[in-house]
Amino acid sequence: MRQRIMQRVGFALLALTSLIVVVPILLVVGIIVARGLNAVSWEFLTAMPREGMRAGGILPAIVGTILLTLGTALAAIPVGVAGAIYLSEYASDNIFTRSIRLAIINLAGIPSVVYGLFGLGLFVIFLRFGTSILAGSLTLAIMTLPIIVSTTEEALRSVPMEFRTVSASLGGTRWQGIWKIILPQAFPGIVTGVLLGLLRAAGETAPILFTVATFFLPRLPQSVFDQTMALPYHLFVISTQVPGMPMEIQYGTALVLLVLVLSLNLVATLLRSYFRRRRQW
Amino acid sequence: MCGARMNDQEQQPRREARVEPVSTARGLGQGRDHHWGEFLVENAIRVLGFSAIGFVVLIFLFLLQEGLPTFFRVELPILFGQRWYPTFDLYGTMPLILGSVLVTIVAIAIALPLGVATAVFVREVAPNWAREILKPMIETLAGIPSVVLGFFGMTIVAPLVRDVLGAPTGLTAFTGALLLAYMSLPTIISVAEDALDAVPKSYRDAGLAMGATRWQTIWRVVVPAARSGIITAIMLGMGRAIGETMAVMMVTGNAARMPVTADSLFRPVRTMTATIAAEMGEVARGSTHYHVLFGVGIILFVLTFMINLAAASVIFQKRRRGGLR
Repeated sequence: MRQRIMQRVGFALLALTSLIVVVPILLVVGIIVARGLNAVSWEFLTAMPREGMRAGGILPAIVGTILLTLGTALAAIPVGVAGAIYLSEYASDNIFTRSIRLAIINLAGIPSVVYGLFGLGLFVIFLRFGTSILAGSLTLAIMTLPIIVSTTEEALRSVPMEFRTVSASLGGTRWQGIWKIILPQAFPGIVTGVLLGLLRAAGETAPILFTVATFFLPRLPQSVFDQTMALPYHLFVISTQVPGMPMEIQYGTALVLLVLVLSLNLVATLLRSYFRRRRQW
Repeated sequence: MCGARMNDQEQQPRREARVEPVSTARGLGQGRDHHWGEFLVENAIRVLGFSAIGFVVLIFLFLLQEGLPTFFRVELPILFGQRWYPTFDLYGTMPLILGSVLVTIVAIAIALPLGVATAVFVREVAPNWAREILKPMIETLAGIPSVVLGFFGMTIVAPLVRDVLGAPTGLTAFTGALLLAYMSLPTIISVAEDALDAVPKSYRDAGLAMGATRWQTIWRVVVPAARSGIITAIMLGMGRAIGETMAVMMVTGNAARMPVTADSLFRPVRTMTATIAAEMGEVARGSTHYHVLFGVGIILFVLTFMINLAAASVIFQKRRRGGLR
């Protein structure tokens, strides 16, 4: 009997702890939505900043973040998916494969600001890209790579072995099997993984600090060698570097960034559960 | 670590069966004439597969190239001294290293009980509906950009900390640790959950059959069996915390002082990451200050590398034993 009561109390405590974890998340999202909603208007989303960013909109920051995310996608998806195909379909379990996995685990763990240093050293200075969208996108792409590789590999591995043997038994080559059967089957999972990686890239600040982001540039970038404003860096700037910044604009910017990132997150989650339910195997 | 989120329902064991039939497939296909195109694709994939190693090496090389001059330009006693005043050519990194360590340890001390308890609740106790609510919310937390959390910390948490403590400022090491704890929670929870998930059902059955309650079975059987995975979770969470930049920079007050007094936790502190982020934008390329910041980057890289290596070795051990995956 005493054991039963202890179990009751214990489970209640566990539930309480989960609440302690979850409630602040609700608070963060709730407060930012509640306070930011007032600031967000059509003008806020589509106008250039005015009066030292204290008025007007945040268009160049939004465009900058979208461009950077696209650039990241262009660079990271082919490399990441190919890497995952190698690990899942080609690599045998030997020391090389193990060191690749080790490298991926380590890439995932390198601090974002160290990626920033690396991007500065390699892309900005050594390759002479300057602080540019190109340099920033490539830096973000390398940071995103481990996420895309590991989620894509997961998706490829979840395709049953029989699909491969059947393809082979029909005379298909290994690559035909991958291209025509495995990849299409794993596609939803791959998309989910790519989205999860890209939303990380879209929200990151530290890697773009020294590689692309600029304080204030009230025009849209013209080429990949231009600097640009970006939403995360803009939020950092207006909340810490600009005195007398209206709170409303700060919350509005935070809200736009949050919505952008969380909507990507939502799409990824929905896709995943939709295809999981539809899957026959 | 990143894949950990996704594999909750995809645990079918099919690793062993993979290799043989596929290599047969290659054997079957060989000798056809359209193969050189395929040959190209396959080798491109091979090369890209190895690129991850290349990037790690490249990152380390560039850090070394820009960071090593530090050790020729700044004398070691100064470099590991207690005073960080770049304007006076004093580059003592000790306050920054200790700052990072303090914030990280406190963050993990907060996150560990919360994370493990939540993982246990989600995996072992919670009814389905609660799990369906909790899991997406924790994933949401993982998705919130650190700069947004930092902003929230600055505007909401810091004033709260200030009022509760009656301190002159809410921008303290504790505020940073609190934020970091929540930022490392998604990692800790999802990895710990996977570890619990990997404990065979027979363990639980055996515990219950011995007459133990579910509560006793969880803490005396299941959690100890998942210990190595939980240790991995803690280490990965620690790696996440020590490398976190923006949120920490925004809420810790950034005073480069030695956090050695008893009240250090409730005073401003400055971490290695925040120092790089705050100062790199303003230094001249090639100056001593510039090289020292890269030197701090090397320290960070090596620290996280070791933490991740340790975490990975636990993972690999687990795989070799076979049973838990």
